[in-house]
Amino acid sequence: MNRLLLGTAAMAVVTLFTRAAPFLFFSKRKPPAYLDFLQRYAPAAVMSLLVLSTFRSVDFGSAPHGLPALAGVAVTAALHLWKRNVLVSIAGGTALYMLLSGLL
Amino acid sequence: MRGTAIIPIRRSQGLAPPLPERGEERYYEAMQIPSSSPASGSADLRLVLSAAFRASVPVLLGYISIGLAYGLVLVGSGLPWWLAPLSALFVYAGAAQFMGIGLLAGSAGVLELALLTLLMNARHMVYGLSMLGRYANAGMRKPYLVFALTDETYGLLTTIEAPQGVDQRSFYTSVSALNQSYWFIGCSLGAALGNALPMRVEGLDFALTALFTVLLVEQIKTIRAWEPYLAAALGAAIAYIAASPRDFLLLSLLIALGLLTLMRKRLEPARPQGAEAAI
Repeated sequence: MNRLLLGTAAMAVVTLFTRAAPFLFFSKRKPPAYLDFLQRYAPAAVMSLLVLSTFRSVDFGSAPHGLPALAGVAVTAALHLWKRNVLVSIAGGTALYMLLSGLL
Repeated sequence: MRGTAIIPIRRSQGLAPPLPERGEERYYEAMQIPSSSPASGSADLRLVLSAAFRASVPVLLGYISIGLAYGLVLVGSGLPWWLAPLSALFVYAGAAQFMGIGLLAGSAGVLELALLTLLMNARHMVYGLSMLGRYANAGMRKPYLVFALTDETYGLLTTIEAPQGVDQRSFYTSVSALNQSYWFIGCSLGAALGNALPMRVEGLDFALTALFTVLLVEQIKTIRAWEPYLAAALGAAIAYIAASPRDFLLLSLLIALGLLTLMRKRLEPARPQGAEAAI
């Protein structure tokens, strides 16, 4: 419980810091180019790793060989490319994952 | 959620509720309230609140539904329900909050949470710049306005002007506070709903992976470069071999960021002078 409170406090402080940064530091001078680079390209790497980290705990060696998770991600991505509706994509992929986890 | 976002998620990441389309401009013109004779304080407040409410309806729909999903997934991951209202009050950042579920339910340390939140929200450090002027004279309200500057609030306040006769600063504050109240209600309702379910629904936490997949698809559409993904893949491969599951995310992230920094010259070849000012 302490870890949860501490972790949430850390997230709150860091989020506030990012929102206050322009007002605190960059009201008089231009932000460094590296920051602009980072905010542009880091999210793509972060999202990739967050998706990949799901598979870190998947056991591909034994049945169902990670199939529910792979199919879930593939269907979520396909739904999103098709309809581009966040809730439909998430609900569809999650439902398929739950279904396959129960069946296989 | 956006997004954060969610929240609190960048519009290009797809989680932002629909903002007014060009055709809706007339709607916003129509709702402009003629400046009236000096009214009493409470009448002023009602005027501001009703204008702010009408402007924030798209966010209402988005935040309630995404907040509901957040609360449900949070409880489904085995975390205590009170973490949802607490996070909605004090963190108030959708994408980061969603990411936090997995980290808190797992064994991530405070440092890992802080670093990932920093990267997830790094965009705020740059795009808050365009609010410098708008918030310059906000006085006592400024700290809250800055705290509550989510992607969606930013989107609304940069798109919609306060109706005539409505105090600009009060309008900003009301929109910000209303948006946070929608997020708070959504998150709390979701957690209450998840708590009321007779049993834990197996596999619901996959919604997190699905959310990150959606955000990744949006990134791929926006960022037309392969370098960030190569950096992530290499980081993941190395961390898969070198790190325990506990340290996987942190190590892979550090490696990916290092690689990305090395490829910076490739990604930003000789930017023309003045390009940076156009943020």
